[in-house]
Amino acid sequence: MTGYYLNPGLPQPAATSDGLDAPYWQGLRDELLLVQRCHSCQKWQWGPEWICHRCRSDNVEFESLEPRGTIYSFERVWHPVHPALKEQGAYLVVLVELLQADGIRLVGNLLGDPNQPVIIGSEVSGVFEHHNDVDNPFTLLQWRLNGN
Amino acid sequence: MERTLRGKVAVAGVGETDYYKRGQSPDAEFKLALKAIVSACENAGIPVEDVDGFASYSNDRSDPSHLAAALGCKELRFANMQWGGGGGGGSAAVGNAAAAIISGMADCVVVFRALAQGQFGRFGQGPRRNVIAGDMAHTVPYGLMSPAQMFAMKVQRFMFDHGVEQNALRAISLASYEHAQNNPRAVMYGRPLDEATYDASRWIVEPFHLYDCCQENDGAAAIVLVSAERVRDLPNPPCYLLSAVAGSHYRAGASVHNAPDYATSAFKTLAPRLYEMAGVQPDDVDVLQSYENFTGGVLMSIVEHGFCEPDACNEFFVKERLLAGVTGESQLPLNTSGGNLAECYMHGLGLNIEAVRQVWNQSTNQVADANVSMVISGPMVTPVSACIFGSEATQ
Repeated sequence: MTGYYLNPGLPQPAATSDGLDAPYWQGLRDELLLVQRCHSCQKWQWGPEWICHRCRSDNVEFESLEPRGTIYSFERVWHPVHPALKEQGAYLVVLVELLQADGIRLVGNLLGDPNQPVIIGSEVSGVFEHHNDVDNPFTLLQWRLNGN
Repeated sequence: MERTLRGKVAVAGVGETDYYKRGQSPDAEFKLALKAIVSACENAGIPVEDVDGFASYSNDRSDPSHLAAALGCKELRFANMQWGGGGGGGSAAVGNAAAAIISGMADCVVVFRALAQGQFGRFGQGPRRNVIAGDMAHTVPYGLMSPAQMFAMKVQRFMFDHGVEQNALRAISLASYEHAQNNPRAVMYGRPLDEATYDASRWIVEPFHLYDCCQENDGAAAIVLVSAERVRDLPNPPCYLLSAVAGSHYRAGASVHNAPDYATSAFKTLAPRLYEMAGVQPDDVDVLQSYENFTGGVLMSIVEHGFCEPDACNEFFVKERLLAGVTGESQLPLNTSGGNLAECYMHGLGLNIEAVRQVWNQSTNQVADANVSMVISGPMVTPVSACIFGSEATQ
């Protein structure tokens, strides 16, 4: 057992070379969810962009946010499209909406039984999954149903 | 000045190579492109050297300058690539070619797509890099990396919002396979599909069974476009372009699945423009080719083009309604060559060719009096596109 939701061997995430999403990845290492907020119009946005898509200000900063949200959509994957997943079996990917942050969405896995029924609208909380046993350690943000 | 494509450009000829399962082509990808273009010119009755423009999409690897050199074209006047991935550019490329002809930039433009997924990479596999950055870094490490996985998330939400049942997706697949049984070009010719086989097939990613997903193929397809004046001197009956649109809605391209209107095929803003330019309504459409990367995208496309209310999908999507061989007021013959599911996944350009054949009365699943023939290209990506072809009766 690795303690990871998915078997190891998938491509490892890294910040873009231009640094646009570097604070996000560093934040996860520090167990903080950092996403973009415009300091001109105060609105949140994700994925990362160089300017605010609403007011076009470039005064956009990464701010921390409580990692909780609701399941906006989900999928149960069966067919492995990467060698690392050959022995994985089914797994769950969720799209989580953070209503407290203007409805930005994040992709992650739903922890627990991969065959569990999933209900859109269910409330979930983030779980930081640290991968320290690789050359360039990284952290994923996974999700767990509230109350579990 | 009236700004429209309507009736000004016509399809002179169509051509395709044999269609193969992925990796089975005896020819290199570039040779496939050459063969399809030569075939389309022969069909058009136009000397190959008269081709003076090329339009393609999805980063086709067959470079227009190289094509013009290899084909011995007298001159090159238009070399066009529609941005964007998947089959979203299939009808856009037709529109771009038509715009070039109408504007006088070129006289004879070939729209083409060539694919050898054996020679090059497969679409249906995840990336093999050790490290990944950018948009994909936010999805791939969670096992969300193939087209089926990207789009299942949208379809799942649409099905939830509108109570769509699995059988609605199944009907789309069954209709494609049924049509393919009459089409000797189809890779799935001689391989019919029934309800029980669909139901028992494995999940790729819920809500997509194996048969909800397009094939991976090798081959090439080409369409020759000329002005409406010139086509009258050529052997094929006229098939006019009535309209073409391309694009997507507000922030459709927001990364990491953040498009505000998410559970959509991306046609809501385009469909009204498509009909307006063509001067037709959904009721006027005699036959529809709708790009199947996955059946769920077809379903949403058909809804967003006004053929069906979103909450009525379970009643609308039954196989019989979608078959060319059934007649009736409420019919919508769909993917009459077998489409990407069962004819060939030539990134959807085969759908445009089939739409033309319907107007020419040459389909292997001919719809009676097919005067208005529509193509929807590449749902759920951005940009997407669509076009409408019409017979002489529409002029």
